Amino acid sequence: MWFEQIVFWALAAVAIGGALGVVLVRDLFRAALLLATVFVAVGGFYVMMNAEFLAVVQILIYVGAIAVLFIFGIMLTRDVQRGNAPNRLQIPAGVISALLLAAMVFTAVTTDWTTLAGAGRENQAQIAQTQAVGIPDATELTRAGLSAEEVESVAGSGLADLLIGDFVLPFEAVSLLLLAAAIGGLALARGRGR
Amino acid sequence: MTAYDLYLVSPLLALAGLAMMVIIVDLLTRRTGLLVGVAFVGLAAPAALSAWQLAELVSTGESRLSAQGSVVLHTLSIDRFSLFFNFLILAAAGLVILVSTDYSRRMERLQGEFFGLLLLSATGMMLLVSATELITMYIALELTTLPLAAMAAFLPNGRSSEAGMKFLIIGALSSALMLYGMALIYGFTGSTRLDEIAAALSAGASAGAFPFGSMAVLLAIVLLLAGFGFKMSAAPFQMWVPDVYEGAPTPMVAFLSVASKAAAFALVLRVFYVGFDALGGDWWVLLAGLAALSMTIGNLVAIAQRNIKRLFGYSTIAHAGYILVGVAAVASVDGTATFGPSSVLFYLAAYTAANLTAFFAIVCIGNRINSDEIADYSGMLRRAPFLAIALGLALIALIGVPPTGLFFAKIYVFAAAINTGESLMTWLVIIGVVNSAVSAYYYLRIIKVMFLQTPIHTERVGASWPVNVALGIATLAILWLGVAPTPLLGAAERAVSVLSGG
Repeated sequence: MWFEQIVFWALAAVAIGGALGVVLVRDLFRAALLLATVFVAVGGFYVMMNAEFLAVVQILIYVGAIAVLFIFGIMLTRDVQRGNAPNRLQIPAGVISALLLAAMVFTAVTTDWTTLAGAGRENQAQIAQTQAVGIPDATELTRAGLSAEEVESVAGSGLADLLIGDFVLPFEAVSLLLLAAAIGGLALARGRGR
Repeated sequence: MTAYDLYLVSPLLALAGLAMMVIIVDLLTRRTGLLVGVAFVGLAAPAALSAWQLAELVSTGESRLSAQGSVVLHTLSIDRFSLFFNFLILAAAGLVILVSTDYSRRMERLQGEFFGLLLLSATGMMLLVSATELITMYIALELTTLPLAAMAAFLPNGRSSEAGMKFLIIGALSSALMLYGMALIYGFTGSTRLDEIAAALSAGASAGAFPFGSMAVLLAIVLLLAGFGFKMSAAPFQMWVPDVYEGAPTPMVAFLSVASKAAAFALVLRVFYVGFDALGGDWWVLLAGLAALSMTIGNLVAIAQRNIKRLFGYSTIAHAGYILVGVAAVASVDGTATFGPSSVLFYLAAYTAANLTAFFAIVCIGNRINSDEIADYSGMLRRAPFLAIALGLALIALIGVPPTGLFFAKIYVFAAAINTGESLMTWLVIIGVVNSAVSAYYYLRIIKVMFLQTPIHTERVGASWPVNVALGIATLAILWLGVAPTPLLGAAERAVSVLSGG
């Protein structure tokens, strides 16, 4: 238990410190590296929540691909190397962000998140399903608070089942979104070359 | 996944397929006419498939299509409500494509991409209006917004780039706020489906220390409204509107101002009337506040505008306010919750006709005189009688004067508000009526410039026949809705019966 606490607070410090750094550091290259740090810390949180698959995906995609792309982009663009231009709206933006943060923290602390647990039995099964990507074993599911019946319905399925099952439509719609992004990006890049 | 699932999403598939086909045709030919023809005629496929689904609903008497073991029905609902908006979106897309015939020459090599992105955006809207699940809604909303952001930057000038950039960044910000709200809802209810959210909320709805029973739900509603507010272009989330309207290509602005707005209001109606139904409808106070702010800010700032596209940017904010009055009219005295929403649907259809007419005339005139300044419209009646009369009629409709559709739309919306029996709603109606009077000033000023002042040039302003056809259809729609509003109002009433569990 103690070990978990220590890991949690260490990860929290890294994540928050890194996020602050991304916003406050003037040099964009360093900001990108700090962003990668934040991604790693978030991956750590996923491990703590028993979602090892998500953690691996997080590191592979966010740190391995997205952060690297950022850094390539920054290194290939001459203007941004000079750093983040000072912004006269920094103070109002800071105030609004702080207010939103305060509201979110207040909500997270004051809300009794367990009141509706009874209404969402089925969804607990779904959450367990999302976390377990391989074939989840029955003891794990029982520990997650599911009845024997529900364990049976969940066993043998996983994240993939959700993506190609109930959530197939949004999953496929993302491909259209990526197509739109590619067309738009190409069109704008080509238009500039005129 | 069954064949029936494919039938359910077939209008979406047809529209997305058409978008890809247009891009391929663009590779093979450089002729604008062919491109416009393919895009316009192709729209018949999704329209016919939607009509087929509607015919099935009519023949079975059901309010929504259902099937055992269907996978896609987990995340969407094909019902009269979504089909109503399907037709509205397809009509707007078709007319905008016709009008782009002349205009798209300005985009030189990007014509195919322009039509392709327009159709992809329309696909996102059709997915959005049928989505009943938060993740699907989010992705549909992004699919709606992202192509529009790219299109906003298509003109080779600085203002257009600025418009695209503003739309993209502020759109991302609003999506982020909305996602926070969705995450809170999911955390509190354990589901992303609207019906399960409603069930969970009604199971746990109790008089707590905060409005809506819990701080989490309160904050979620506020954040969701902020996110939706950007998409509806309602104040105080309107700061992107004037710049985008001024800088972006005019046909894209026409599409944005009607179709994107209609889809956003469909989303708001579904989320609040289905998902948050269990909260007793108390959220109408927030919507009423947004309505009052939007009407007042939109109309007051519009008075000072000299650029006609910018003026219509503020005008659209004001109209978002009028429509929000209808959304806020949750329950009428006799307990039927359909009056407010059905007035919203009717208003959106009438607004689509009027605003498209106005923008089509602006596209034609702006294309010839290379200016969007109101002062350059002087004497337009003599230079382009058809365009000037169509624009004049659209402006009269936007004020809300008979014999136009928006006259009835405003009456229905305000009547729905009065019918709730809340004194606050009565005040909202008074604000709305005063605002309509204010709006008459700046709309009539354009008419005065066009009809009474002497022209600077005598050169005639005309347009090609597809543009004139589109303008004619939109103009006739204004008059038709003004003379015979009952069929459409009946359709709107049947459509919203889905929202109240019918």
